[in-house]
Amino acid sequence: MNYIDVAIKNSKAYFCLDCGKCTANCPISQYNEEFSPRKIINQAVLYNQNQVINNELIWSCLTCQMCSERCPSDVSFSQFIIDVRKEALNKGKLPQCSHGGVIQTVMKMMANPNLKQKRTEWIPKKLKTSKKGDVLYFVGCLPYYDNIFSKDIDVEPLEIGKSTIEILNYLGIEPVILEDERCCGADLLTIGDKENFEKLAKINISLIKESGASTIVTACAECYNILKNIYPSLSKEFKVKVWHISQFINEKLDSFKFKSPSDKKVTYQDPCRLGRYNGVYDEPRNVLTAIPDVELVEMVKNRNNALCCGTNSWINCDANSKQIQVRRLKQAVNTDGSVLITACPKCEIHFKCAMNDENLDKNSRINIKDLTVFFASSLKSGA
Amino acid sequence: MADKKQSSNDKFIPKIVVFACNWCSYAGADSAGINRIQYSPYFRIIRVMCSGRVHPNFVLKAFLDGADGVIVSGCHFGDCHYIFGNYRAVDNFEKTKALIHTLGLEEERIRLEWISAAEGVRFGQVINEFVDQIKKLGRSPIAEN
Ligand code: SF4
Ligand code: SF4
Repeated sequence: MNYIDVAIKNSKAYFCLDCGKCTANCPISQYNEEFSPRKIINQAVLYNQNQVINNELIWSCLTCQMCSERCPSDVSFSQFIIDVRKEALNKGKLPQCSHGGVIQTVMKMMANPNLKQKRTEWIPKKLKTSKKGDVLYFVGCLPYYDNIFSKDIDVEPLEIGKSTIEILNYLGIEPVILEDERCCGADLLTIGDKENFEKLAKINISLIKESGASTIVTACAECYNILKNIYPSLSKEFKVKVWHISQFINEKLDSFKFKSPSDKKVTYQDPCRLGRYNGVYDEPRNVLTAIPDVELVEMVKNRNNALCCGTNSWINCDANSKQIQVRRLKQAVNTDGSVLITACPKCEIHFKCAMNDENLDKNSRINIKDLTVFFASSLKSGA
Repeated sequence: MADKKQSSNDKFIPKIVVFACNWCSYAGADSAGINRIQYSPYFRIIRVMCSGRVHPNFVLKAFLDGADGVIVSGCHFGDCHYIFGNYRAVDNFEKTKALIHTLGLEEERIRLEWISAAEGVRFGQVINEFVDQIKKLGRSPIAEN
């Protein structure tokens, strides 16, 4: 089958009614009038089908699924775009990789089985981890994000890792941390690099199997989505239960003792991979409001209407991304909350990067913290 | 290069990439040639306008594509044609070093050097030293595949 037929079939694009709801709700279309998911689908289904891969705009989609949320025919535009990108990549087309393409290169290097990484040196001695066990903490690319971003913008990705282990230790769990864990591959899959994605997945699946874990906890929305939804389709033996840290905490809320938190009025950013992709809306909110004195104020756009953080897979970050980020930051500031809580390390990096602009006005500046960092800092020690 | 068959260490021919800035280091390599300096041939030189242009991805991409070692070379401090380019090169190199470390490659596989247009002899020395160093380290694990 021709690639475009596969893409149309997988995304059910043939059901498209040409209603335009997708374009009307797409955050990119609001700022870039050239970009229209309706038009791309329409052209692919009706007209010059094989031209789609030549369209530079295919790399602009955020795969945020806002369009699918609204589509009356249940067309998955992001699935369509991923299939098209696969072919485009095969034909030698490339996205504009942000950060000089270094993140993509790091991911591809990790796909090499010969690599022996040193990716656990950041774990402080006082935190307890183990080599084998039932619960595995899947760290994701945090050590690399630390290498790449912590000098330029005000982020500390490894704090997310430390806080997550701290929370698990608090529950008496000494999580397995893989010495040589690889990137989950989400960003390569999204730009259409299926080959390297599968290499990464294969290594991870066998490492997880060796560890004997039956439960995986992750503090990254993207890793959660991939481990939960894609890995099982690659290997029948992959039968582990995958949790986002917010779900894991939510199950065991009674076991925590809190102190008064540093910030009392908070707002919450739904990462698309957690929200629209997996319907995880309530757990992070429960976790936040379980902390005494915390008041959660919603932004105008929340839950399934939440605005994306503006970039996907570290590609095509441009003026439109910035406009989306600033708009979202303004919505957060308008809640009068003192801190914006994120549940995906990438959302945090993208928003903080937008705030790195010294010309940005005060109405677009807010304190941003990861859910795990905020939660861990509200725990009463020694309970 | 028929290097696959020659993986035993004495016959190991390293692949080394040198990013040299247009104004100092590349001219330094030229000067090594003009002065007929004898030095190891196992490197490929890539001219960039400024050492500050060498983003960490340039170096990592070289490793991904099979390099065993990478040198980044620019003008001495104060001599940069663009005034602050080599300071930027230091920042970039620090990031590269951190990434190389996390990836588990030996930090000795990368080197930052300042070589002026007049230092042809030193260019040869640096290359010779680095080739020896890489020979000791052997094939990069990423290049092995
Ligand atoms: S996935 Fe998001 S960015 Fe892409 S077309 Fe749909 S709404 Fe627009
Ligand atoms: S919302 Fe759905 S049916 Fe309407 S134009 Fe977009 S893809 Fe087609």
